[in-house]
Amino acid sequence: MRAPVTDLPIVLEEVSFASGGVTILDRVSLAFAAGAPAVLIGPNGAGKTTLLRLLMGLAAPVRGRVTWGGREQAASTHRAIVFQRPTMLRRSAAGNIRYALAAAGVPRARRAASAVELCALVGLTGLERRPARKLSGGEQQRLALARALAKEPQILLLDEPTASLDPAATKAIEDVIRKVAASGIKVVMSTHDLGEAKRLAGEIVLVHRGRVIESGSADAFFSAPKTEEARRFAAGELLV
Amino acid sequence: MPTDVSALQLVLTADPALIAIVRLSLIVSLSAVLLAALVGVPFGAFLALVRFPGREAVIVVLNALMGLPPVVVGLLVYLLLSRAGPLGSWGLLFTPQAMIVAQTVLIAPIIAALTRQTVEDLWTEYSDELDAMDVGPFGRITTLIWDGRFSLVTALLAGFGRAAAEVGAVLIVGGNIDGFTRVMTTAIALETSKGDLPLAIGLGLVLIALVVTVNAAAWGLRRAGERFAG
Repeated sequence: MRAPVTDLPIVLEEVSFASGGVTILDRVSLAFAAGAPAVLIGPNGAGKTTLLRLLMGLAAPVRGRVTWGGREQAASTHRAIVFQRPTMLRRSAAGNIRYALAAAGVPRARRAASAVELCALVGLTGLERRPARKLSGGEQQRLALARALAKEPQILLLDEPTASLDPAATKAIEDVIRKVAASGIKVVMSTHDLGEAKRLAGEIVLVHRGRVIESGSADAFFSAPKTEEARRFAAGELLV
Repeated sequence: MPTDVSALQLVLTADPALIAIVRLSLIVSLSAVLLAALVGVPFGAFLALVRFPGREAVIVVLNALMGLPPVVVGLLVYLLLSRAGPLGSWGLLFTPQAMIVAQTVLIAPIIAALTRQTVEDLWTEYSDELDAMDVGPFGRITTLIWDGRFSLVTALLAGFGRAAAEVGAVLIVGGNIDGFTRVMTTAIALETSKGDLPLAIGLGLVLIALVVTVNAAAWGLRRAGERFAG
């Protein structure tokens, strides 16, 4: 019997990325295996979003290589991403999820029931028929999460999923992330909120000016950072 | 009786000749909008999303065709449909069908060009999401057309406005035959030249009212759609 195809681990080897002559990532080497959520932290413009786009396969490195489960060319069937400012399609909340289910190849007969289940999973029960663009920022983020989960991904990439949300909306998103991670989906997310990183991370990757400054277990990072930048960042100082 | 009062009477009493002209005008222009939309919307969306050599040149030509003079379109369609022309055997010249063909040719570039712009703008907003969802080229086109539907109404309205207001093309290929191919614009031109101002003014009033009504209906539809679909 053939082993099921997996995109894990995702490995970046000496990956560099540049746009418009500006280096955004510089010789980054990382590996993401199954397990607790990995959180990319660092100030704005550090290269976190670009890193997530490379992991998703939406961008290609100018140097180095990215492999998914040992494969250099891997369709993004097993990966899903939620952008910092997700675009809501002009249809209802459930319509957005049904669209993602259709794109993922789920048979039409199963889509309506799956959409209801996914709405429940992210706490949007009762809002299924509401136009997606009329939802609040937090609700739209949760809907984007549900839409991403429609793919039944092995890896869920989240780009600052709670940026500019209030504490209640942030908690709702974090609860969903915990549920998703507990179900066995590998979560790789970015944030510049240190508190959020402490609450969610199993592993931490500190990115600054396009380079990985430090990576490892969250406990080790916060209790005994190895680099000066990590020490300063963990202490809440500004990295500029 | 003053001219404007006679004109109003023709409209208010639903003069049969006037009604027949209005009816034919609507059939021709709305059919042309429908046909032009069937061609122009998918073509505009294709042009917005698919990159190919010469695409920029096609866009420039398409934009230029938005200003196509109706008489030139009329002449081209006349040459195609005339007895000696390549489509002469179809026997369409001086029929309402020929007028529909001419107006379709006239407004398809308008609808296609406005669709391209709408879909291209929407694509910059949607590209990451649709790429991440692995949506293929056909799915992208249909999604963007559907999600841009309220904006595309404006493109259809622009097409309808152009079709309903033009006189040159339908005059050349329709011949302005009384009771058969006479539409509002050609009738207004004829009646004015004959000095029958009440009918000309009456038709003018109806034409303006129709354009305003269609635009108002489309505006209402768009607002309602945005309210319920987001």
